Amino acid sequence: MIAVNNLSKKYGSNKVLDIAELDIPKGESFGLVGNNGAGKTTFFSLLLDLIRPTTGNIKNNEIVVNESEDWKPHTSAFIDESFLIGYLTPEEYFYFIGELRGRNKADVDALLSKFEDFFHGEILGQKKYLRDLSKGNQKKAGIVASFIGDPELIILDEPFANLDPTTQIRLKQIIKELARDKDVTVLVSSHDLSHVTEVCERIVVLNKGEIVRDIRTSQETLQELETFFAG
Amino acid sequence: MLKHFISLQWKSFFRSASFQTNVALKILMAFGALYFILVFVALGAGSYYLIEDSLKVKPFDLINRFLIYWVVFDLVIRYFMQKMPVVNIKPLLYLPFKKGNIVNFTLGKTVLSFFNIIHAFFFLPFSVVLVIEGFPVLNVVSWHLAIFALIYANNFINILVNNRDVLFYSIVGILVILGGLQYYGYFDVTDYTAPFFNLMYEQPVFAVLPWVFLIALYFISFNYFKKHLYLDAGLSTKQSEAKTEDLDWLNRFGNLAVFLKNDIKLIKRNKRSRTTVIMSVLFLFYGLLFFTDSIEAYDAPVWKVFAGIFVSGGFLFTFGQFVPSWDSAYYPLMMSQNIRYKEYLDSKWYLIIMATIASTIISSFYIYFGWEAYVAILVGAIYNIGVNSYLVLWGGAYIKTPIDLTTNKKAFGDSQAFNVKTLILTLPKLGLPLVVYAIGHYTINSTAGFILVALTGVLGFAFKNIVFNKIESIYKQEKYKTIAAYKQKN
Repeated sequence: MIAVNNLSKKYGSNKVLDIAELDIPKGESFGLVGNNGAGKTTFFSLLLDLIRPTTGNIKNNEIVVNESEDWKPHTSAFIDESFLIGYLTPEEYFYFIGELRGRNKADVDALLSKFEDFFHGEILGQKKYLRDLSKGNQKKAGIVASFIGDPELIILDEPFANLDPTTQIRLKQIIKELARDKDVTVLVSSHDLSHVTEVCERIVVLNKGEIVRDIRTSQETLQELETFFAG
Repeated sequence: MLKHFISLQWKSFFRSASFQTNVALKILMAFGALYFILVFVALGAGSYYLIEDSLKVKPFDLINRFLIYWVVFDLVIRYFMQKMPVVNIKPLLYLPFKKGNIVNFTLGKTVLSFFNIIHAFFFLPFSVVLVIEGFPVLNVVSWHLAIFALIYANNFINILVNNRDVLFYSIVGILVILGGLQYYGYFDVTDYTAPFFNLMYEQPVFAVLPWVFLIALYFISFNYFKKHLYLDAGLSTKQSEAKTEDLDWLNRFGNLAVFLKNDIKLIKRNKRSRTTVIMSVLFLFYGLLFFTDSIEAYDAPVWKVFAGIFVSGGFLFTFGQFVPSWDSAYYPLMMSQNIRYKEYLDSKWYLIIMATIASTIISSFYIYFGWEAYVAILVGAIYNIGVNSYLVLWGGAYIKTPIDLTTNKKAFGDSQAFNVKTLILTLPKLGLPLVVYAIGHYTINSTAGFILVALTGVLGFAFKNIVFNKIESIYKQEKYKTIAAYKQKN
């Protein structure tokens, strides 16, 4: 699904990302961990063609992302609040994304009904614009919006941050369910090692822009990661 | 304590993003400020003699008559442009400052605002002239101080009524009605207000009144803010109740409807964009300056086309100029969603076209000034639709200023929006139609001039696809720079 080839990103002489090779097969649930400044968000931004690579490229479904826009229909993401439209109500926002992805209101409503638990009655019908919701609730709306339109690739940057414990547990279930679907590739980054080890089949550790670990998740993974980051 | 506040203020000023623009801009802004100061000083010094010579009335009486409009208009300007002082005090709340100090400082800060100082540049020279002309010093000083107090009273009134639209628009409404009544000679409010201002001069004791008013206002503001110095009260931004809207009637525009619906919500629900639309309505009346022959310099025939472009193109210039910055807050979403640039641009284009047509229809009242006036507007509209609509979208690709939709800050001209590329693009927007008209007008006649300008517009319209492809590729080229620029909040 994703093929990274000689990818690097420099700001001036400061190299923030340098990945020679990385392959993420279709259907995998992929976790990216690393400290602040490790290059997680940079990698996702490159994947979404929001910044230009210094060298190399990323292929999404055989499409080089900075050359063609054809990856857009099957890719969705929630990186930060700049993916939300503040002056819309959550419903309007969902319908807007739905329309962009070729889904009508009924389709979107059907999808949203599956997330009633996750929303916990705080998103729909609140008579509030997105900009007036709390950070956590904004995040919920953004994450669910990225599920609209049956995307094949879902990219979530720090989805667990700012969420309350109940919502974190529900989000883990949702991501696990997505991971079971062999047509959907999920990319998740997080600072919380236990969350990623729980939901991801494979975990890659970035440190100062380079891949330092590439682990198939197992019983020992959490231990291994904790040792790495403690060191 | 004051030392801390002042050093914070100092840093926030010199480290602000807008201050760190390039030197050329700073010089330009300094010249701009200087220009206004000079104009005010010149008016202050010269208006006495000007009024005496040209209008043959007593200048001081006339000024006193119209002072009420000055004061109210000042309030209007402030409402739109003066920034509220309350935003930056959040981080100070939990620190060991007395609340009274914080409030005093933030209110005190507004005293130094440009909107207060600028008046001094008019009234100081004017008062000096009065003294030179033999008006008694004591009386002039009392009059001067009274006005000074009223201007500052405006400062605090503005703080108190901040964001209360109903109040504000009723003030504007009353002003317009009074002005209208006076113009047509039905009722002259200045008959009642002029004696008040005269009193300030004739009986210096009464100049105390505005000062009492000012001090009272200060204490009211002080108490109000002290009482409301909580994050969920005076300092919070108001949340209006949101209503989900369908706007299904726009679905007839097919794919474009998605964006059109969004743009209409954008305009309706954000303060900054609403202000823009109000401004574009004001453009409708700009033509009055030209077609009523009130300003001699505008009597040359080419200016009619100039007026036509502005009257029909208010929305085009005020809104269109800032595409795609309107979407700056969520530009990364737009860039990673399933969106074709062409559709995105097309929807903005349709919005501009619809607004231009609406302005043209509304401005049909110019027929009152003769058919030629309206023909100029029609021709201007055709040129706007056929040529300028592309040019604003094109120019927008280079304006990489993020727009904060929720405040009016910088709604009137943005320093960063002003760069060489956009400047060059204004030439064909305004200059070209004038040149084209002039060619027709001076070689054949005015009708030929109008026809030539209209033809240019139609010609531009015919090349829509080619031009759009070009603009699309420019947007793509600028994409990364634009995303990066929008990330930088001021």
